[in-house]
Amino acid sequence: MAEFTVDPYAHLYARRTSGMSASEVRALFAVAARPEVISLAGGMPFVEALPQDLVLEVVTQVLTESSAIALQYGGGQGRSELRERLAMLMAEEDTPADPEDMVVTAGAQQALDLIARVLIDPGDQIAIEAPAYVGALSAFGAYEPRYLQIDLDEHGMIVEQLEDALLKGARPKFVYTVPSFHNPAGVTMSRERRERLVTLCREASIRIVEDNPYGLLRFEGQPHPTLHSLDPQNVIYVGTISKVFAAGLRVGWTVAAQGVTQRLILAKEAADLCGSSFNMLVVERWLAGDHWRRPALAALVDTYRSRRDAMLAALAEHFPDDATWTRPTGGFFVWATVPEHLDTQRMLAAAVERRVAYVPGTGFYPDGRGRSSMRLAFCFPTEDRIVEGIRRLGELIADEDELFRSLSG
Amino acid sequence: MSAERIAVLAGGRSPEREVSLRSGHRVMTALASLGYDAFVLDPADGPFVETFSAARVSACYVALHGNEGEDGTLQRLLELLDVPYTGTGPHACQMAFDKILAKEALDAAGVATPAWAAVEASAIRDLSAGPILHHVVERLGLPLVVKPSRAGSAMGLSFVEREQDLPGAVMGALSFSTAAILERKINGTEVAVSMVEPMEDPLPLVEIVPKSGVFDYAARYTAGATEYFAPARVSADVAAACRREASRAFETLGLRDLGRTDVMIDIDGRPWLVDVNVSPGMTDTSLLPMAAQAAGIELPELCDRLVRLALQRS
Repeated sequence: MAEFTVDPYAHLYARRTSGMSASEVRALFAVAARPEVISLAGGMPFVEALPQDLVLEVVTQVLTESSAIALQYGGGQGRSELRERLAMLMAEEDTPADPEDMVVTAGAQQALDLIARVLIDPGDQIAIEAPAYVGALSAFGAYEPRYLQIDLDEHGMIVEQLEDALLKGARPKFVYTVPSFHNPAGVTMSRERRERLVTLCREASIRIVEDNPYGLLRFEGQPHPTLHSLDPQNVIYVGTISKVFAAGLRVGWTVAAQGVTQRLILAKEAADLCGSSFNMLVVERWLAGDHWRRPALAALVDTYRSRRDAMLAALAEHFPDDATWTRPTGGFFVWATVPEHLDTQRMLAAAVERRVAYVPGTGFYPDGRGRSSMRLAFCFPTEDRIVEGIRRLGELIADEDELFRSLSG
Repeated sequence: MSAERIAVLAGGRSPEREVSLRSGHRVMTALASLGYDAFVLDPADGPFVETFSAARVSACYVALHGNEGEDGTLQRLLELLDVPYTGTGPHACQMAFDKILAKEALDAAGVATPAWAAVEASAIRDLSAGPILHHVVERLGLPLVVKPSRAGSAMGLSFVEREQDLPGAVMGALSFSTAAILERKINGTEVAVSMVEPMEDPLPLVEIVPKSGVFDYAARYTAGATEYFAPARVSADVAAACRREASRAFETLGLRDLGRTDVMIDIDGRPWLVDVNVSPGMTDTSLLPMAAQAAGIELPELCDRLVRLALQRS
């Protein structure tokens, strides 16, 4: 008699991998990625909008003029010339940054991993928004924190809730937030709340991690100050070129006080020695020209705005009266909530069968909440496809609703 | 002799696409290691009939899971194209894949399956048959297993302990299929009975012990999430009884070449047949290859045997 072991070393895996398992939702996404499915699921930037000839020119320049650097290792902090360019990019949002306080990372995702590595011991509490960016939950989860969840409303994180928790003795290691054009909620933190959050955290000696991938993709209204600009000492800023240039190049960065930056550089070197010199040079050159700024960025913003408009109009037409959704003023996502008796995770297979996909809300909470919510991305599909996708979803929701009413008699 | 050209059909559009691709690549590698000119063909990629005809294959290995690949649709197409393929023919696929048709046939043949009822989405919607759920609970009791009538890999499956959770579970199952099966839950030991022709030398039973207690999608496809024992830790009598029920199911439904039946053995040692698969998974965590391996048959030999059965029909 033999115990048949698929993985004879299963008992040797670290505890932090216990949540890493195959899932039905992931399997459904494999079907949703097929071209016949209108995917409102992935937050893929619309890279087709980039001027391809200019990209080619930049890449060619890098290889002809700097191949010795491009093909070689570099320093752990990332090229200083690139960091200077990134500081200029941040200046577009009126956020001063010293290139010396920056670390270039493999996308913002690695920045989140490194920050967690430097700050979280197993069992530490950290504060997150509810819902929270799913990639941050994955990155942080590997370091086994406990979560203090702070709800969101249309003005972003409800800072009063954090204040209450602090009064009751909670002391999270840091507060993680996507203040502008939130992923997945689409909402933006008001100026008053930004100021209150920054003051509250400074007084309580709690760091803030500000994740700002979408800040430059604003469709309307006046920009709010970044948290980092309000308190450069206490806020760890995370940026990325994924949404304003190319996600495939994996270039992100952090800006933080020197003590944090020092440790992030060492953590970065431990993780992968250094970023891709080639990719860094491409980004550096791209940002050196001004095509990225006014024309390219404005065209991109126009496209995303039209797609958001198409999605909001379609939602108003096709979603039921008792559904609600956010109205983002920038970024990529709408967060929709359907009547609470519908379970968006269970409904996903039926949606994919009707050739439309979304991300079920439960992925954005560490505790299984979000069952009746869904994240809808308007960044990638064309307007026609968005409208058709929302129409299919609306029809599905109506059918599911009817089914539920019949079932519960 | 030139190598036989074998298309391993895998992928497709069903929710089990990913699992199927994993099965297909393993089968392709196993066949290639024996010198077959094997390649993976995904029917969801481009016009199937044109691609397939141009490929000029000697036979197909069907590694598709879920609807289209397991419900006879594809098999019917292959019959028309006059290409031999591994596994069960169209009509039997249709019967076995649809849990309602399969259970009716098995009941009629006297194969022990847990007491059950089916609810169809159209009946609930068009005939306002929702209140039927309460009758089902009165008749079958709780807990119940709720599953889609046509799906695999435990997708859309839930265990229901409280009546108020039943509508949600039924909706979850109906997300995958037009009907849901509600089945009395049998507590005991779960085993997989793998069958590969010729049947004179049966494969050992595989006992399934999921660490979470539930053999759901994650427990099936995460390496290390489930412990397997092959042969199963059951008496020879019980094992023989399981095989007997499985063989009767295999014959009743008209399966061919291979199949896998999932059986619950209750605390009195009585086997209850809970599922029949015409296209068992061939992934690294799948049960049939595990049973074969426990009997000393490695994957290449197993796939070779199945391909030869198909080629004999050409």
